Parts: sequence; structure tokens; C-alpha cells
Amino acid sequence: MERTTLDLWVGAFVVAGLGALVMLAMKVGNLSTYNVSETYQVEAYFSNIGGLKPKASIKSAGVLVGRVIDIKLDTQRYEAKVTMSIDKRYQFPKDTFANILTSGLLGEQYIGLSPGGDDKMLANGEVLKQTQSAVVLEDLIGKFMYSKASESDSAK
Amino acid sequence: MPISTSLKKVGHRVVNAVWRLGFASRFFALTLFYSGPSFRRFHLTIKEMFFSGVMSLIIILVAGMFVGMVLGLQGYETLKRYGSESALGSLVALSLVRELGPVLAALLFASRAGSAMTAEIGLMKATEQIAAMELMAVNPIARVVAPRFWAGVFSMPLLAALFSAMGVFGGYVVGVVLIGVDEGSFWSQMQSAVDFQHDVLNGVLKSFVFGLAVTAIALFEGYDAPPTAEGVSGATTRTVVESSLAILILDFILTALMFGGN
Repeated sequence: MERTTLDLWVGAFVVAGLGALVMLAMKVGNLSTYNVSETYQVEAYFSNIGGLKPKASIKSAGVLVGRVIDIKLDTQRYEAKVTMSIDKRYQFPKDTFANILTSGLLGEQYIGLSPGGDDKMLANGEVLKQTQSAVVLEDLIGKFMYSKASESDSAK
Repeated sequence: MPISTSLKKVGHRVVNAVWRLGFASRFFALTLFYSGPSFRRFHLTIKEMFFSGVMSLIIILVAGMFVGMVLGLQGYETLKRYGSESALGSLVALSLVRELGPVLAALLFASRAGSAMTAEIGLMKATEQIAAMELMAVNPIARVVAPRFWAGVFSMPLLAALFSAMGVFGGYVVGVVLIGVDEGSFWSQMQSAVDFQHDVLNGVLKSFVFGLAVTAIALFEGYDAPPTAEGVSGATTRTVVESSLAILILDFILTALMFGGN
């Protein structure tokens, strides 16, 4: 059995196909930004998570530092328990503030971390004490209407 | 009297369809059972990969490029209204990797390579080459059918990946080079939207299933074709129709399983 030109063409085809797959993984997909670095997990309770989903990004000062890995309803407190996985390179103080924010008007929701001034750093499995829930548009409109109504009441 | 004859016709058709389905299943099982030689004598499979994979390259690459360019243009026009042109990259990449890459590549593969397989095997049967092989104690399924089957199954994911990659490139050319969407946000939005496992690997899995379906249908139609010129032409048509339908129906099922309701 000898090598033929046909083998060359098929080989080139396979290489091109696998190359396209690698390109899709690296350039198009997130495999290159996939943090193989170690992570630690922290939890936070929110009274309302709005449209937050697992895999949502966690940002601090706009920089991606981790991902939401799990969202559950805690039936002890009837609050949403959000588990976050944060890159080990980024350490946060214990009194870090977790906010559910929205990117743009219609964009996805993410968690923003604003670090506090504590000397101690968060460790694996700890709970963020200070959180702010997602802004729900209906609540906002309701509050606005209520304040308008009370304004007109007091004006009388 | 006319009612009973028309009933008879319907019954005949149903029985025939079930019969054919049974034969197709047995044929598929035999193909898998006799696949050993197509791996032991891998040059047989390589040769078929040349005909079904390499020869389909040009149509796949050109079609992928233009599909990506159209996606870039249409996506830009729509996204511009909401002021979110920067999401163009994720739109192009997600629609290609999840749906259009596997589906369109499989449709092109069915009409380019599937029809050729059917015609080839149908003609082999019509000119009694298959009967001659059986006389020489060569198993035609092991020698003719199985290598073509595995060549198609291996080629399909590679072709779909090439289609998607070319499409992303086409979208990049139209969106970034011609229209002037910001290059950084094009790629970064794409990378944050496309997940390797969830999107890219599921796309590959889809195209693998499509490759399986298309080649199985094409080979069976060829093997089952009546050994006449008319029969072979009818079988070729049926291959394209049936495999296109199979691709679209399978695509719905796979999409529902992979991306639906989580």
C-alpha cells in the first residue's frame, strides 16, 4: 500500500476541518477566556434576583471576575441563594457589597461587586452580608405612582 | 367496489412502507455489523472521504461565506434599530454554530454527496456489479456500503465546522470591514455569548447525527433502487427529499433536547 495524492487531499480536508473547529473554540467560543485558574465560591442572599441566570457574569469595576454557578430558593429565609464562583486571583474584603445590575436598558443581568474596607478577605464558602436585589420595573413604576399620588394628596 | 379497491390501495401502501422500513433497519444494522473492514482497510474509507468530503468542500466554503455575509448584513440592519450593532458578532456566531452551520452544511451534503452515493450504488446494482461481488464471495455491504457510510459520518462534522468558520469570517467581512462595526466588540461579544460546550460541541453533535441520517438514507435508497434507469433517478430524488426532511425534523428534536426548556 502506498501513499497517494488522494490521501493528501483527505488529510488536508481533515486538518482544515479540525482547524475550523479549533478556531470556533478559540476565536468564536470562550475556550480561550475560560479560566482554568482556580476559583473560590461565595454565597449571597437576595430578596429578588429579577432575571439573573446561572452562568451570569460577576463583575467588579466592570472587570469580569467570575460566574454565577447556582441559584436556589432558600426555604428557610424565602430568599434566593446565589452561589458565585470567583477567580482566585481576585480577593475581596469581607464587607463586599453585591448588587444585581443590568447591562444596558434591555441587557443581561449580572452581579456587580463593590469592595468594602474590611482588612479580612472573603474565604471559600462564606456569605456576602450586604446585597441589593434586582430592580424590578413593575415595583419601580408602582413606587413612582404611589409617590405621585401622595404628593397630590399633600398638595390639597 | 371502488371503496374497497381504494382501501386496498391504502392498505397496500401502508404495508409496503412498513416493509421498506423493516428492510431499511436491517440494512442499517448490517452496515454497522460489517463496518469492521472499513476500519481495517482504512484506505477504502479514505477514498470515499475524498469523494464525499473533499469534493463537497468548495460548495460548503462558498455557501458558508455567503450565508455569513447575509447574516452580517441583515443582522446589522435589524440591530441598528435598537442601537446594539455591537451584538452583531454574537448574532452571527450563535446562529451559525447552533443552527445554520450544521443544518445548511447537511442539506448541501445531502444534495451534493448523498445523491451521488445513491446514484452510484443504484447504478452498481443496475449493472449487476453488486450481484457479481456476491458471486465472488465479497460482501457488498462491507466492501461498498460501510466505507461510504463511515466516510459520510466522519466528513459531516468537519464540513459543518468549516461552514460555520467561513460564515463567521463572512459576517466579519461584511460587519467589520465593510460596514465598520467595532472590531473589538464584534469579537468580544461573540466570545462572551458563545459557550464552547453548550454551543460549539452541541453543533458538532448535531452535524454528526445529520451525517448519520443522510448517509444512511442515501445508501439505503441506492441499495433499494429498482435496477432500471428510471428507478435510479427516482431513488436519487427520494434521497434528497427524504434526507432534507430528516435533517429538518431531527434538527427540531435535537434543538428541543439541547437548548429547549432548561
